[in-house]
Amino acid sequence: MNISQFLFYFLTLLALFSAVMVVVSKNPVHSVLWLIAVFFAISGHYILLNAQFLAIVNLIVYAGAIMVLFLFVIMLMNLNASAEPQKNNWLKLAGVIAGGCFMMVLVSLVKQANELNNIAVTMGTGEIGLIKNLGKALFNDFVVPFEISSVLFLSAMVGAVVIGKKA
Amino acid sequence: MPIQYYIYLCLALFSIGIVGVLTRRNAIIVFMCIELMLNAVNLLLVAFSKVHNTMALAGDKTSMVGIEAQLFVFFIMVVAAAEVSVGLAIIVMMYRNVHSVDINFLNRLKN
Repeated sequence: MNISQFLFYFLTLLALFSAVMVVVSKNPVHSVLWLIAVFFAISGHYILLNAQFLAIVNLIVYAGAIMVLFLFVIMLMNLNASAEPQKNNWLKLAGVIAGGCFMMVLVSLVKQANELNNIAVTMGTGEIGLIKNLGKALFNDFVVPFEISSVLFLSAMVGAVVIGKKA
Repeated sequence: MPIQYYIYLCLALFSIGIVGVLTRRNAIIVFMCIELMLNAVNLLLVAFSKVHNTMALAGDKTSMVGIEAQLFVFFIMVVAAAEVSVGLAIIVMMYRNVHSVDINFLNRLKN
């Protein structure tokens, strides 16, 4: 087992454990912190796949901006663990069974797909994740979606302000 | 690393997100689980872009096949950032109106 395989397993375990902790934490602030751990693990996966630009953007946008927004909202509302009403246990069990069935069906589907058998993901090589190539593709082939996304951000900003102003 | 491992990882993350959406009543945590599902899909897109790039590199050493998927992930992140700002504004407004973030309050449209 070489170092990138070891890192793959380590990051996978970290991501899955943190994701479970997001769901089971009673305190919403702890959930946010575990979700940041998930995002760090996924960024590690991006670095292993040599998608460095996406790794950095994932850290800045998700772990940096979005999670801070979540933390601000939670702390603004002063939610603590005892305030949250719980679903009853049968409903929780039904949810877990439904999610587990979904995963089981798709895993068995992937297991039967023989086309995937000899396909390997190469780690640590490749040029497509580098910021130079991504920038060239973004500003040559994807200029129009890029500009439209700026309009989307403007409308999201206006929408958030308008919704927030209403009493 | 075989592609199946990435598919299993992303499936597990996506299913954990689904379980979170189904079992929690706090609207903010439901929202966070949706973000978790989005990230699982992003990771799978990047893994498949690497697969296609590796296949194309066998024929052409300077091939850029698969770069579209990474830009797609970039745009998903952009849209997710906009979505979170509006969604959190809606949750804050709901908290002002009913003084709770319990999603069971949303099933009655009155009050």
